[in-house]
Amino acid sequence: MEPKDYLKDISEIKQLMNKSSRFISLSGLSGILAGIYAIIGAAVAYWLVMNYSNGTLLLNGEIFRWILLDLALVALFSIITAVIITTRKAKKQGEKIWDGTSRRLVFNFLIPLVSGGLYILIILNQQKYGQTGALMLIFYGLALINASKYSIGNIRYLGFIEILLGLISAVIPGYGFWIWVLGFGVMHIIYGTWMYLKHDSKE
Amino acid sequence: MSIITNINKVFDHRIRLGIMSILMVNEYADFNTLKELLGATDGNLASHTKALEKADYISVEKQFIGRKPNTRYATTKLGRVAFNKHIEALEKLINTK
Repeated sequence: MEPKDYLKDISEIKQLMNKSSRFISLSGLSGILAGIYAIIGAAVAYWLVMNYSNGTLLLNGEIFRWILLDLALVALFSIITAVIITTRKAKKQGEKIWDGTSRRLVFNFLIPLVSGGLYILIILNQQKYGQTGALMLIFYGLALINASKYSIGNIRYLGFIEILLGLISAVIPGYGFWIWVLGFGVMHIIYGTWMYLKHDSKE
Repeated sequence: MSIITNINKVFDHRIRLGIMSILMVNEYADFNTLKELLGATDGNLASHTKALEKADYISVEKQFIGRKPNTRYATTKLGRVAFNKHIEALEKLINTK
């Protein structure tokens, strides 16, 4: 074999390793939609607080419970959308959606996310709610970074950005709401669009 | 000469190198997954997995999923060592030329 062939061998090895071990079906479109849901959810929360709560939020008030419901719906719709779009895409490409790679991806994503979610619920119960937005961003960022080992695309960088935003939000809690919108809304849309242009539109 | 001796004859084929590449980064892969990823025919893939199995570089596990027979492949320790040596040899060859 000529050296040229060896080079080709190595690039082929690399390509096969990536293709076979990483869950490639995550779509940019689901990222964009998740971002839009987050912004709609934030707008609803903003509207609720401004109109029914005089611009301040009481933890034990009814409005607070509506906002928790609002957040839960944002998360739920984002997950449902991601599952539907990913399943459809995987079917089209003849890939299995629930194989070892995707199982590992979901599992590793959930470890920081569930720990963080529970922690946030616990401190909310202790009336400490000033850092909620920051904590959501930080734990979500950690979840993305942990899952990035099992996915193509650069959710790792999205994770770093979310953590950074979370830390900034912790320093200036007054802007927590807007940083939350930036992290969960705008960043998802930017990231989703980028992924869409890079991977999906080529099909 | 030592560089040349590290080039492993068993891996000197696109499909075999491909099988090893996939198995190095996955706990295991079944026959159909390998077939899809490598774009090989049944017979072609079977002969190459057999060659790797014979060299003790991969292990084979046959089982039934429902009624369908399913064959899973995984690397052996020997196979992983041999593959890494092969890659190192390839890299050296490229760098020296």
